Amino acid sequence: MEKQLYLSSSPHIHSGETTDKVMRAVIYALLPACAVAVYFFGLAALGVLLICTLGCVAAEAVCQRLMGKAPTTADGSAALTGILLALNLPSSSPWWMALIGSAVAIAVGKQVYGGLGYNPFNPALVARVVLLISFPVQMTTWTAPAPLGSGIDAVTSATPLGEMKTAVMLTGQIPAALQGPYGDYFTGNMAGSLGEVSAAALLLGGFFLLARRIITWHIPVSYLGTVVVFGGLFWVLDPARYPGPLFHLLTGGLLLGAFFMATDMVTSPITGRGMLLFGFGCGLITVLIRLFGGYPEGVSFAILLMNAVTPLIDRFTRPKKFGFVAPPG
Amino acid sequence: MKLKTFPGGLHPPDNKEWSANKAIETCPLPGELVIPLAQHIGAPAELCVAKGDHVKKGQVIGTAKGFVSVPVHSSTSGEVTAIEPRPHASGRNLPAVVIRPDGEDTWVEGISGADPETLSPDAIRECIRAAGIVGMGGATFPAHVKLTPPENKPIHTLVINGVECEPYLTADHRLMLEETDRVLDGIVILKRVLGVARAQVGIEANKPDAIEVMTKACAGKGIEVVPLAVKYPQGAEKQLILALTGREVPSGGLPMDVGVVVQNVGTAAAVSDAVRRGLPLIERIATVTGPGVTTPKNLRVRVGTPLTHLVEFCGGLKGDPAKIIMGGPMMGATQLSLDVPATRGTSGVLLFREGEIPLRPEGPCIRCGRCVQVCPAHIMPTTIAAYARLDLIAEAEEFGAMDCIECGCCTYTCPATLPLVQAIRYGKGAILAKRRKV
Amino acid sequence: MLAAILSLGGIGLAAAVALGFAAKKFAVEVDPRELAVAEVLSGANCGACGYPGCAAYAKAVATGEAAPNLCTPGGASTVDKIAHIMGVAAVTASPQIAVVLCQGDNPKAKAKYRYLGVADCNAAQKIADGPKECPGGCLGLGTCARVCPFGAIEITPEGLAVISREKCTGCKKCVPACPRSVIRMAPLDATVHVLCNSRDKGAVVRKYCQVGCIACHICAKTVPEAYVVEENLARVVYEHYDQAAPAVAKCPTKCIRDFVEGYPEGSTFAPPVVPVKAEAAA
Repeated sequence: MEKQLYLSSSPHIHSGETTDKVMRAVIYALLPACAVAVYFFGLAALGVLLICTLGCVAAEAVCQRLMGKAPTTADGSAALTGILLALNLPSSSPWWMALIGSAVAIAVGKQVYGGLGYNPFNPALVARVVLLISFPVQMTTWTAPAPLGSGIDAVTSATPLGEMKTAVMLTGQIPAALQGPYGDYFTGNMAGSLGEVSAAALLLGGFFLLARRIITWHIPVSYLGTVVVFGGLFWVLDPARYPGPLFHLLTGGLLLGAFFMATDMVTSPITGRGMLLFGFGCGLITVLIRLFGGYPEGVSFAILLMNAVTPLIDRFTRPKKFGFVAPPG
Repeated sequence: MKLKTFPGGLHPPDNKEWSANKAIETCPLPGELVIPLAQHIGAPAELCVAKGDHVKKGQVIGTAKGFVSVPVHSSTSGEVTAIEPRPHASGRNLPAVVIRPDGEDTWVEGISGADPETLSPDAIRECIRAAGIVGMGGATFPAHVKLTPPENKPIHTLVINGVECEPYLTADHRLMLEETDRVLDGIVILKRVLGVARAQVGIEANKPDAIEVMTKACAGKGIEVVPLAVKYPQGAEKQLILALTGREVPSGGLPMDVGVVVQNVGTAAAVSDAVRRGLPLIERIATVTGPGVTTPKNLRVRVGTPLTHLVEFCGGLKGDPAKIIMGGPMMGATQLSLDVPATRGTSGVLLFREGEIPLRPEGPCIRCGRCVQVCPAHIMPTTIAAYARLDLIAEAEEFGAMDCIECGCCTYTCPATLPLVQAIRYGKGAILAKRRKV
Repeated sequence: MLAAILSLGGIGLAAAVALGFAAKKFAVEVDPRELAVAEVLSGANCGACGYPGCAAYAKAVATGEAAPNLCTPGGASTVDKIAHIMGVAAVTASPQIAVVLCQGDNPKAKAKYRYLGVADCNAAQKIADGPKECPGGCLGLGTCARVCPFGAIEITPEGLAVISREKCTGCKKCVPACPRSVIRMAPLDATVHVLCNSRDKGAVVRKYCQVGCIACHICAKTVPEAYVVEENLARVVYEHYDQAAPAVAKCPTKCIRDFVEGYPEGSTFAPPVVPVKAEAAA
C-alpha cells in the first residue's frame, strides 16, 4: 500500500534537542569531576561511581518492570542520578551503602512519584540525606586525598567545613590554617565527597552546561551570589568566627550543588524569576546551616527544602504575560 | 549597533538559501483552476456565477457577504466547468468554482486605475475592498477592515511587515527586492488611507540586499526602514510592533489600541495594483521549497492553481512526499494532498520526505523551562498544555491560554517533544466554547 | 520524665477541649436524609444525574429539588432505596447503556492520513476532520475511555473503543466526549445493534470500510419492524429490539452484531451473559 501523508498540528520542525541528549550532556559535564575524584581518591572512588551508576540503572529497570511500565533506562536519567549520588558520597563508602542509596534514589526518590518528570525532590539528594541519617558514621568518614601514583596510603581526615565547625564550637575561632590553601581547594586536594572537592572540574562542567544551554545562569548565579553576599556579611562582622566568601565557595558541595543539583530541571522552577528566587533560598539556607546548624554542610538540605516549595514558587512567579494590563481597581 | 527585537523567541535554521537567490518566475496557467469561495477570515464569498458561464480574468465570481468579507475574482478567462466542494487548505472539501482556462487571458471590461492622490481615503478603501485584498502574510484578514479604525482609536504609525521570519520562505524577500516600486507605492497609498505621517518597514537583518534596496527607495518619503535582529516570531503582529515601536499591544487587544496598523509587504504591493491599476487580487508570490521539491523557486502564482501544478513547474517531486505544508514550517498547515489549490494566503508550499520530519514519541515533561524562556507571549506553555489535556479549562484560561499566538516556539524547543501548541489550541477551543455557552 | 508526661498530656487535653468546643460551636446543620441518600449513592461522582458529584445530588434530593430516580448508574435498587428514604414512590427509568456504533478498527477502516500529535480524538478531529476516511467512525484515541468514571470503555490494540455491557452504568458521560457522535445510548436489554455511523452512500462506504453499513436494506426487508434505514444508515428500532436478531446473519458486511455472540474483535471483555440484569424488570 502507498505510504500515506503525515498530518499534524504546527510547528513541523523541531530543534532536535531531546531529553536523552540533555541527560547525556549533564553526564559529560560531570566527567571532569569524576576524573578528579578518581585521581585523588583512587580505585575506591571508581568503585563507588560504578556501583551507584549501575545500581541506579538496575533499580530503574526493576521498578519499571514491577510497575509494568515501558523501560526508559536508555534515557540516561537513572545513570545521571547514579553519578550524582556517587559524587555526593565519601570515597570510603561501603558497597552496600552505595547500593542502598541507589535503590532509595530511584525507588523512593523517583519512581514512586511516577518516574522522570514527576519527582518533587532531587532523587540523588533524597538518597544522600537518607544515607546521612541512617549511616552517619560511614557518611562522615572522609579520606584524605592521595593522588594516583603518589604512594600515599588512604588516611581518614576531616573536610574543611567539618574542621571549621568543630573548631568554632570548641574555641569560637576558625583555625588560620583552614583559610590558607585556597589553591588546594580549587584543584580538589582536600577531603570530601567524591564530586565536591574540585572547584576547577565543577566550574569546567558548569560552564559547559551554560554554553550548551542545558541550564540557564539564573540558579547558579543567584545561589552562589547569595552565599557570597550573605556569608560575606557575617565574615565582615566577625572574620575570626565566620569564614570568608571564598572559603564558602570553594569548600563543601556548594559548586556541585549550584551547578548540578539545584539546577535539576524536574525539581526546580521553570520561570526565570522563580529560578532566581529558588537560588536565593538555597543560598540563604546553606549559609544558615553552615554557620549556625548542627551539620557542617547544608547544601543538600537547602536544595531539598527549596525543592519542596518549587510548585509554590512557580505559581507566584508566573511571567507577566505579553501586553498585560492590570485590571482596574 | 544592536538591532531592535522583542524578548523571547528563537532562531531555527532558516534554510532560506534554497530559494533566496531565485528570481520570481511566473507559473504558467494550469489546465484547471480551482478557486475556493473561502479564502479569507470572515464570511466566505457568495457565489455569483453558474456552471457553464464564461468568465473573464478579474471578473467577480463571489461577492462579499458582510463587512468582514471580500469578493473573489476569476484569475483567468475561461469556462466554469463545475461548482462543487473541492479539497481546500483547511483539510475539508469546500465550495469552489472550477474554471477551464481558454488560454486567452482576456481581462474583464472596466478595469481602470486612478491616481491615488486624487482619491479620498474612503474611495481608496473601497478600491481595496473591491479588489479582495486580504492580509497576505498568511492570516488572510480582510485588509479594508484593518484600514477602517474606529473614531476613538487614532492611528499614528503604519507598520509594514517585511520580516518574513518563517524558515524556508523567501517570497516577501524577493518581492521587496524585485518589485520595490509596487511595495513602496502601496505603502504611500496605505499612509494616505490612514492619514499617518509615520511609516516603518521592519526587515530582518538576514535580508541585507532587501534592506539596502528598500532603504534607498524609501529615502525622503517619510518611510523608515528598520533592520531587525533575526528571530522568530518577529513577523507576528504584536511582536513586530514591540520590536519597532517599543509598545506592547494590550493582552486581548488589537494593534489599533496602541495607534498602529500592520500590513504585510505583499499586501502593500496588492494595494498599489488595486488602486493605481484597478487590478483585483488574483495572483501572489509564493515560495515552493523543501527537500521534497526538485528545484525550489519563488513563483508568481494565480489564485486557484493546484499545488501539483506548482510543484511540476519546480521540476516535480524529489522522492515521495511525507508531509505537505501550506505556509511556513512553524505555523503552516499540513495538507491531505497536492490537489489543494493555492489561495490568496498561500505564502509558500513546503515538502518534506520520510525521515525529514520529527517523529519522536512524546516523553514526560522534564520541566526544563525552555518553553517558558522562548515564549514570546510570556506565558507558561507546558503548564497550560498540561491543564488543557486534563480538561481543566478554567485553569488553562487563568494561566493565559488565550494569549498564546500559536507561534510554535515552545513545541520546537521542547526536549520531550510534547505537542504543546496543539494542546493549548485545544484548550483555547474549549475556552471559547465555554464562553459561548455562558 | 514526669514533667514531659505532664506537659504533653496538658497540651493534649487543652487541644481536645478546644476541638470539642469548636465542633459544637461551628457545627453545620445537615439534613439526616441528605446523609442517608449520600450513603446509598455509589460515590463515583460521575455526573449522570446532572449534579456535580454524588454529595451535590444527595443534597438536591433531600431539599426536594431533584427527583429520586436520576442516579442511572445505581440502577433500580438505588432508586428504590432513595425513594424509601424520601418516602415517595419509586419510578425507575428503563436502564440504558452506551454503545459504540462502529467496528471499523484500523485494519478494517481506511485511514485518511497518518496522524501525529496529542493522542486525543477531539484534538485529532480538528486536523482535516480526523485521520479516518470514514466521517463517522471511531478514531480509537480513547477520549471516551478517559472520561468514563467506571472504567467501562477499552480501546482495542487495533484502535476501536468497546464498551462493556457489565460495567457501563448508563451515565452518558462518554456521549458528548466523542467528537464524531459514534456513541449512542440504547436500552440495556437490546443486544443487537447496527455498529456503523457512516451516512455516506453504500458505494462510498465500501471504499473505506470492510464492516460499514452500505444501506442495502436487507435487514429492514428481513425484519421490517426492527430496522429502519435513514440517510444511508440502518439502525435498530429499539422498541422492537427483541425481534432484531434474525437479520444479524443476513447482513452482507457483518455490521449488525448481537452482543450475545461476543464483543467486536480485539476486545478483552468476556462475552456477556444474557439476560444481563434481571432486576431491570423488577
